[in-house]
Amino acid sequence: MRIDLDVIQNWITPGSRVLDLGCGDGALLHQLSQNKGVKGYGLEIDPEQIERCVARGINVVEQNLNTGLGNFADGSFDAVVMTQALQTLSKPHLVVREMLRVGRNCIITFPNFGQWRARWHLAFSGRMPVSDLLPYEWYSTPNIHFCTFRDFEVLCKESSWTILHRQVVSESKLGVALKDFLPNLFGETAIYHLTR
Amino acid sequence: MLLRHLPDAIQPTDISALPTENPTASRETHSATDVGSVGLVKPKSQHFSEPLELACGRILQQYTLVYETYGKLNTDKSNAVLICHALSGHHHAAGRHRDDDKRPGWWDHYIGPGKPIDTNQFFVVAVNNLGGCHGSTGPVSINPDTGHAWGPDFPSLRVRDWVHSQARLADVLGIGQWAAVIGGSLGGMQAMRWSLEYPERVSNCVVIASALKLSAQNIAFNETARQAITSDPDFCDGRYLQASKLPRRGLAVARMIGHITYLSDDGLGRKFGRELRSGSFQRGTDEEIEFQIQSYLRYQGLSFSNIFDPNTYILMTRALDFFDLAREYGDDPVAAFSHARCRFLLLSFTSDWRFAPERSKEIADALMHANIPVSYAEIESAMGHDAFLLPNARYEGVFHAYMKRVATELAEEVR
Repeated sequence: MRIDLDVIQNWITPGSRVLDLGCGDGALLHQLSQNKGVKGYGLEIDPEQIERCVARGINVVEQNLNTGLGNFADGSFDAVVMTQALQTLSKPHLVVREMLRVGRNCIITFPNFGQWRARWHLAFSGRMPVSDLLPYEWYSTPNIHFCTFRDFEVLCKESSWTILHRQVVSESKLGVALKDFLPNLFGETAIYHLTR
Repeated sequence: MLLRHLPDAIQPTDISALPTENPTASRETHSATDVGSVGLVKPKSQHFSEPLELACGRILQQYTLVYETYGKLNTDKSNAVLICHALSGHHHAAGRHRDDDKRPGWWDHYIGPGKPIDTNQFFVVAVNNLGGCHGSTGPVSINPDTGHAWGPDFPSLRVRDWVHSQARLADVLGIGQWAAVIGGSLGGMQAMRWSLEYPERVSNCVVIASALKLSAQNIAFNETARQAITSDPDFCDGRYLQASKLPRRGLAVARMIGHITYLSDDGLGRKFGRELRSGSFQRGTDEEIEFQIQSYLRYQGLSFSNIFDPNTYILMTRALDFFDLAREYGDDPVAAFSHARCRFLLLSFTSDWRFAPERSKEIADALMHANIPVSYAEIESAMGHDAFLLPNARYEGVFHAYMKRVATELAEEVR
């Protein structure tokens, strides 16, 4: 179980209606339906992931997030979740705005490009970071809009979005020890709980 | 009554037929004993003497439905799956009638042991729709009131009439609830209508390459096809059987029009391009020039006109035109689907412009709004609308995954 999925589960009200953007193999929706009685749908574009969702009985709809969420009515979901997909979108800020229109609140996780390792890599090798977490070369990466925790919070402030909760996750020992002290330097993944 | 008075189908040309929304057009040549085949099958016939009130207000006093079944019905009769056919389909969906049949049933790729509609798991029922020309009561049947073929006097049918007649067949077979109702194109419309007319009798609904209603363009194609039939001098106001004639040229043209719309520009381009079948453009020659696509289309049209009844074609295309799932629900698909109690799987194909992916997406959106469980996949294919009949790894994969899930849940319920 991914740590971020556990954190998300704590912020979801039992029995609520959830839309999961970029739902992958449906792990989160599966967990939420088992543990929280949540009903919902996942949106996904990867054919293999869609088949995995169907095989485990998760409702999945093929839809490209870059075309927006125009097919969903205002406030039609209790929560709209998007894990590790923000950085792959062509207009991430517009998608977050849409998430807040469709959902009463939303939960977003993304990798922190301001983490010390990324900074170190760029500063000392002079090349874009390639790591276990972000294993792509700059020219072939699906991750086209990286940001740091601080960048994201500036966007929230400018857009007048309210941050209900923020949790920083790190898997390395150093990160776990220091993520609360200097999150933007030591946190690997951020989980934000937002509302309008 | 089958069209026995018609001559045998004309001989194929050297062009291998592209499969089309045509039950006879699959290119395979399996033997009936192949792994994955339901083997030899026999059509069955069920007569109904209880009158059926139709959507048009007329009453059909009695009728017969011809159907086939594959697989075994389990003891609690919970594993039945209904296959609804498209415009020119029929009850022969899988297997062969005789060992030397050139082709298996029209959906043999998807029905059989180990296939997405797995006959080791499910009891599959495929019906020839009322109004059809392959054995069920329709325009070529004898009207008991006149002693002549019904012809153009056969009552106009709507999709719901098919659903109600299929429900009666389910009653006869002792099937209270279908594990799944499945259909492509016009068959998908029947599946959706089932979910609203008999919500408690459908557990899963699989809708492939279909739509909530036809677009103006779709109706336009159908109207052009019907005009081709009715303007054939041999149409005789629809009473061609009594006049011992057959508007074969009109039906062939109607089929050619339909056929073009079932394929994609890309698919036709890849298959035929501008290849010539005869003649050349060489300077100084004045030969008769024929493109491969011309010959192919003519063959498709003519062979279809030998196996299908023109009045049935008119009746079926009109049922397609009239279908509008949400009409009686204030034109609101969300309100319509709020009556459904089943789960849905929707599939569409990227190059299908007759029932484009957008149409399936509208169904998915309405279902999500109505809070009904739904999954939707848009399958990459260059084969146009016909893709729903053809082998395609991704289509098979997601379809099979869904049906396996249905089978698993059935097994859990039984336990």
